Amino acid sequence: MTTPASFLTEEMRQQAIGQKSEPKTIDVEKGAIIKFAQAIEDDNPVFNDEKVARESRYGGLIAPPTFLRSVGVDRPAYPYDMPFNRLLDGGSDWEYFHPVRAGDRITAVSEIADINERTGRMGLMIITTIVVTYRNQFDQVAATQTSTSIRY
Amino acid sequence: MADQVYWEDVHEGMALPDLVKNPSTQQLVKYAGASGDYYQIHYDQTYARNNDLEDVILHGALKNAFLGHLVTKWMGPDGELKRLVCQYRGMDIPGTPVIIKGVVTKKYQDKGADLVDCEIWLENEKGERTTPGSATVALPSR
Repeated sequence: MTTPASFLTEEMRQQAIGQKSEPKTIDVEKGAIIKFAQAIEDDNPVFNDEKVARESRYGGLIAPPTFLRSVGVDRPAYPYDMPFNRLLDGGSDWEYFHPVRAGDRITAVSEIADINERTGRMGLMIITTIVVTYRNQFDQVAATQTSTSIRY
Repeated sequence: MADQVYWEDVHEGMALPDLVKNPSTQQLVKYAGASGDYYQIHYDQTYARNNDLEDVILHGALKNAFLGHLVTKWMGPDGELKRLVCQYRGMDIPGTPVIIKGVVTKKYQDKGADLVDCEIWLENEKGERTTPGSATVALPSR
């Protein structure tokens, strides 16, 4: 496949910005928190041991900071075909506002916050900034995750 | 419970205690199951090689979790993680240790909170920072 010299127009940028995914809701199960903490080999008792966690300031188990990825929210769809085969995750910027507790119901929505093109070593690249907002059952924003994906 | 670090005891330039991880292919499978990220480049060597990789590679998000572990362990039970940033610059493969490090870059107060910024990163055995980042935590005051 030949990579075009340019792909995005300003109009296409504006069409993409603000596109949202369907919301995805999960119940945060105690077992899922413990399994996640074990998988990352983090033995902090607030993630693993309910008896100890109960005595902590949280009064029970909370989820490790990156647990919210396991909600598995979809990416927002682009309003046009993207002629690129490869996708790289550039990184994440998490902001935390409320702890995520065992028993919480979390609803996540992802949204395209920005999209730009750049020409690099690998040719033309499309850089998309996606913000995922994670809300709990009290409609509080528990966390936001801003991630950058690179298509080329 | 772990020891508690207090805001007064922290100074700029102070190192966070290193965290060493030895991710195995088994850990990548456990992480795939726990996180729901089943992209085959993290556990299927043939699939990884067909995608121009030398081997299966660590999930970026697992490295993000390791950085979170570094900071939440250091800040202690009464610390609060406010922000966790990481960039995926290089790939890491299982079967070789990764070292997660951090250093305090700024100590300040904002809206009544006693805050600390840290530069954090994950490096490989060669000392290459494959996953740099930063964190902001609120610490208790004495």
